[in-house]
Amino acid sequence: MAYDKFTTLSSSVVPLPIENVDTDQIIPARFLKATERKGFGDNLFRDWRYNQDNSPKTDFVLNDSTYSGKILVGGKNFGSGSSREHAAWAIYDYGFRCVISSFFADIFKNNCLNIGVLPVQVSEGFLQSIFDAVKKDPKAQVTVDLAAQTVTLDSTGEQENFDISAYKKQNLQNGFDDIDYLLNIKSSIEGFAQTRPF
Amino acid sequence: MKKTLFDKVWDAHVVSSVPEGPDVLFIDRHMVHEVTSPVAFLGLKNRGIKVLYPERTFATADHNTPTMNQHLPVADALSANQLSALERNAAEHGISYWGLGHEKNGIVHVVGPEYGITLPGATIVCGDSHTSTHGAFGAIAFGIGTSEVEMVLSTQCIMQPKPKSMRIHIEGMPGKGVTPKDVALFIISKLSTSGATGHFVEYTGEVFEKMSMEGRMTVCNLSIEMGARGGMIAPDQTTFDYVQGREFAPKGAEWESAMTYWSTLHTDEGAQYDKEIVLKGAEIEPMITYGTNPGMGTGISGSIPSLEQAEGSKESYKKSLDYMGFNEKDQLLGKKVDYVFLGSCTNGRIEDFRAFTEIVKGRKKADHITAWLVPGSHKVRQAIIDEGLHAILTEAGFELREPGCSACLAMNEDKIPAGKVAVSTSNRNFEGRQGPGARTMLASPTVAAATAVTGVVTDPRTLID
Repeated sequence: MAYDKFTTLSSSVVPLPIENVDTDQIIPARFLKATERKGFGDNLFRDWRYNQDNSPKTDFVLNDSTYSGKILVGGKNFGSGSSREHAAWAIYDYGFRCVISSFFADIFKNNCLNIGVLPVQVSEGFLQSIFDAVKKDPKAQVTVDLAAQTVTLDSTGEQENFDISAYKKQNLQNGFDDIDYLLNIKSSIEGFAQTRPF
Repeated sequence: MKKTLFDKVWDAHVVSSVPEGPDVLFIDRHMVHEVTSPVAFLGLKNRGIKVLYPERTFATADHNTPTMNQHLPVADALSANQLSALERNAAEHGISYWGLGHEKNGIVHVVGPEYGITLPGATIVCGDSHTSTHGAFGAIAFGIGTSEVEMVLSTQCIMQPKPKSMRIHIEGMPGKGVTPKDVALFIISKLSTSGATGHFVEYTGEVFEKMSMEGRMTVCNLSIEMGARGGMIAPDQTTFDYVQGREFAPKGAEWESAMTYWSTLHTDEGAQYDKEIVLKGAEIEPMITYGTNPGMGTGISGSIPSLEQAEGSKESYKKSLDYMGFNEKDQLLGKKVDYVFLGSCTNGRIEDFRAFTEIVKGRKKADHITAWLVPGSHKVRQAIIDEGLHAILTEAGFELREPGCSACLAMNEDKIPAGKVAVSTSNRNFEGRQGPGARTMLASPTVAAATAVTGVVTDPRTLID
């Protein structure tokens, strides 16, 4: 599915300093019953964001207007658990384009890259610097430059490089997806299939 | 070059490699269910393309399905809509569909092996993280997102950087009352939920060699809970005996030639893994979890670690215990339980029901316990009846339901109420996983059975003669 190209993003951030945020928290299973990809942002972090009577939990960061932005910053081991791409869809649909953490679960990271959300893995120290900066100034800006593969805390100039494969980088910069690539090599795939015993 | 089991299977499926990018990996078997597939089929429709190899694609309904009165129309409109979407998509693309009421219906990771769709040396994917289950056969099997489901439907390939390899070796055998689930929960408690991230695990050691296929599936199923993409066990005679004669398994000359290949599927002497972990079997006792991720587990006779002992962020640890309604240093034994769930792709196989029945035989379900016994498939359900387990369970006050994922992820009606404690044989104890506010303690079928008859967390070894 087509998504917005990713180049450079400068934004304030939404801090979520909790470790092991699993995809069941990002989007609970009972909201996976759609047959189309729309509206998932409404249920992003549903059970942390709303009480059972659907009233907002005022102490949750998404309900605190002090914080806003296109970058979500989460604690270590973000996105563990289920393979549901709906978690990445919910993050995208809510308006985030980038998630920063000191560690990501594999499938979640792949899912993000496949739909145009950039997962940026930073050191524990840099992650803490972001949380500290946001505590001091909720509007503190972070700049993510995909071409240069850098993430910068604008207020202090503190900067780190992040890893991304050259292939995925190119996809994100151009809004390409893997299916376009695979369809272009379909004949070699069909040739390969002939060699498979079962 | 000396290769690991993982290298051998992976390398045999690489169609091509993108320079400085992922491999194009050919997928032999694609399992599909109702929840993660509709948007992928929609993608195909938008591109105006059909499923490339419908004969390599197998669809079943499991996540949403009710576990009572399956002959009636599905009451929940959204679930019914998703189920009919899968039925329609399967028909349109010529994919075999084992829907609700079909004699082969069941949880995707239970029916795949049962019907011989799962084979040694194969690559298997599904839009479900517990696809790692199929690694028990020496297959490379892993969960994928919906964009990747669309990739596989349209091209039978997936683009993946090759994960690193990791060996988890267990020295020696565990003691009495320890099941494959305990072995897996023990490993996860040592590694944490991210200890194997980026890796594909191979399990080695006597304990795995002596395990049945059902036990190996339970272990490989839980690989994702230590962060691994998947887990594998080298195929051996136990594997071949299980596979032979199943409906979709190779037959005759094809079987012979498959066996020739499968017998090469083991890690070469001297091959290097990127990471190796060695643990001692004797240290494993029946396990139970006390927190909100599968790494927060301990031997059942243990207590909840103090805030000081806890690894990682103290705030996250405290949040987790608060959710569970537990305190640091609490003993696990004797904690009051409200619900018991036996089932899921982790522990919904015949051997799990045998283990549960063995404990409850001649005893009675505790009055205050609500127990949901959900077989992984119709085939498992039938075996429970045929082997006489059903009669014993009924006598002990238990009711057998119809197959599905059920309370493992509570997408159907089987939700644990807020604040209630469940001992569950499933795979995740995340907040709200079994229903909003539900408190989950993961354990083996044996621990679940012991708890179901006493009403409190109980060491099954005290009930074994």
